[in-house]
Amino acid sequence: MNKQRIIFGGAVILAVSLVAALVVALVLFSIGASPLETYKTILMGPLSDVFGVTEVLVRAVPLLLVGLGIAISFRSGILNIGAEGQIQMGVLASTAVALALPGLPKGILLPLVLLAGALGGALWGGIAGWLRARLQVNEILSTVMLNYIAVQVHTFFLRGPMLDPNELETGSGTPQSMRLPEAAIMDYIVPGTRLHTGLILALVAALLVYVLLWKTTLGYRMRAAGAGAKAARYAGIPVERYLVIAMLLAGGFAGLAGAVEVTGVHHRAIEGISSGYGFAGIVVALFGMLHPGGIIPSSIFFGILLIGADMTQRSAGVPANMVLVLQGVIILAIVSAQSFLRNSYAQARLFRWWSGFKPKKGAQP
Amino acid sequence: MNPGVMTFNVLCLAVPFSVAILLAALGENFNQRAGVFNLGCDGIMCMGAFVGFMLPYFLKAGPMAPYGNLLGLAGALGVGAALGLLFALVTVTFGASQGIAGIGLQMLGWGLSGTLFRHFVGGVTGVEGILAMPIPWLSRIPFLGGVFFNHNPMAYVAFLLVPASWFLLYKTPWGLKVRAVGTHPRAADTMGINVVRTRYQALMLGGAMAGLAGAYLSLAQAKMFSDDLVAGRGFIAVALVYFGRWSPLGILGGALLFSIAQSFQLSMQVWGIKFPYEFAVMLPYVLVIVVLALARKARQLGPTDLGKPYNREMRF
Repeated sequence: MNKQRIIFGGAVILAVSLVAALVVALVLFSIGASPLETYKTILMGPLSDVFGVTEVLVRAVPLLLVGLGIAISFRSGILNIGAEGQIQMGVLASTAVALALPGLPKGILLPLVLLAGALGGALWGGIAGWLRARLQVNEILSTVMLNYIAVQVHTFFLRGPMLDPNELETGSGTPQSMRLPEAAIMDYIVPGTRLHTGLILALVAALLVYVLLWKTTLGYRMRAAGAGAKAARYAGIPVERYLVIAMLLAGGFAGLAGAVEVTGVHHRAIEGISSGYGFAGIVVALFGMLHPGGIIPSSIFFGILLIGADMTQRSAGVPANMVLVLQGVIILAIVSAQSFLRNSYAQARLFRWWSGFKPKKGAQP
Repeated sequence: MNPGVMTFNVLCLAVPFSVAILLAALGENFNQRAGVFNLGCDGIMCMGAFVGFMLPYFLKAGPMAPYGNLLGLAGALGVGAALGLLFALVTVTFGASQGIAGIGLQMLGWGLSGTLFRHFVGGVTGVEGILAMPIPWLSRIPFLGGVFFNHNPMAYVAFLLVPASWFLLYKTPWGLKVRAVGTHPRAADTMGINVVRTRYQALMLGGAMAGLAGAYLSLAQAKMFSDDLVAGRGFIAVALVYFGRWSPLGILGGALLFSIAQSFQLSMQVWGIKFPYEFAVMLPYVLVIVVLALARKARQLGPTDLGKPYNREMRF
């Protein structure tokens, strides 16, 4: 059974990669770039030296954390599109705690800061979960709206209450917070690069999510609520409660990703810190088949794509928005492939259409 | 300033704001009435805005210049319908999860319009666009004339599309088919209605209208294009359909309410009322969430099979 599922997953991923590569090649061709050259730069460029590899991992850390949260929510039957906003709330909460308690030793402050980030994100995600559970507000719409709101809250704090006083006095007024105290900054794993201990944290988180979803009662109930809400309710599972829990966890992981970005990479809160990780995390989670074992390699793969896209923008002038196109196509292809490979009716119909055989008039669109 | 003038200013600003979300929401209404929840509306609007801008921009100097705007609108309709077709393929034929697929389409449209724009144009440039056309006589009516009859021709088209889409939905055989496949596709199928074809048609029509909404933004409202021109208006349009209880008239009311909130927020800044700018900008988005929370009772009025892929061979 498990082997079958892995083969199924592999077939989906293969088909999706092929379709996505072809569609994007078409777009690249139309803007006058060589698809093969571009792909080579994107995939090989980042891996050509040690620094590149560490940069890929630096990008993979937030993607992995966000992807884990999204996997929890999708498995529980609630579609969290709001990671982008939850990251920003995590950034604000963790920065606020780090700046408010500068005197604490590292062993206490750093965990506290990370926890604050997770709580900030969980709160933001929890709003959408509660709205869905109590007021039946569509979670996709509410999380999208919460993203737009979060951007404004983030900007408000960075331009107002949390603005670095030095920026006002001597700087250019760049909206950013003060630098965090040393005790709230993560150590580097490889000296001379930006690879920080957040990587270990993210890998441990992946293991914990696996245990949570497949080895605990809570995880079982969340997955049951996602697989069939009616059946789960019939079995006595309070589905609404698990929806809220799933959104709290999903938001928590996104918030944690924000806190890791602050403590590991930027060492202060800046504008645009989430830089699309919230949306990319959705693709990472789907590409990893919503399983931690798949999300780890998938986050590294998308880390390569993000770095590679920056490189092609510089070397070949292909706009880095290209990654968004790729992500969109991958999502469309992945959900199509998943349901198509499960749906023998659609397969038969497509086959009939392909072979030009028409049983009767109007049998197909 | 006296309150009469203030109200007048807010309303005059609100009507142009409402056009894009009204057009997109009327289109989305056809999608949802047919049972497909199209969150990709936002991405389609991005592509519509891009194509609507590009054609007149490229034809500016050539012999086709006088037709640039018309061709831009036609192109936006076409690209919208094409993306609607793509979404139909994914959600109707393959039966994919509509919520996630919609986000995919949104990313695709957003990313593609940005990529092509950066490659072909690069910087900020304007087009002449479609100019305002006050209706003779009517625009000179005190107060009402300024609010309703002193706008872009596309605004009049959008408002005329409200009764038109009501007529199409409730008074034509095709409208009955659309409502049937969204409410009880199996019964419709039994009665000989082609569920798949009807959903394809509804999605293409909805996509074309979303494309037109995008073109309004780039050609008539902003007269330029940028990555963040659409700024989530497609999602607002989807929310308006819920708020308007799946009826064109309700959607019109929602669109006007929403735009009044938006123009009020802008006017407050002009009047110099002390209020943090960021909170004023987030006001419309907060309003959408509140409205969705209040509209939950209306869910029963909506198409009952919304969001469910139809599989003819599925056993009960």
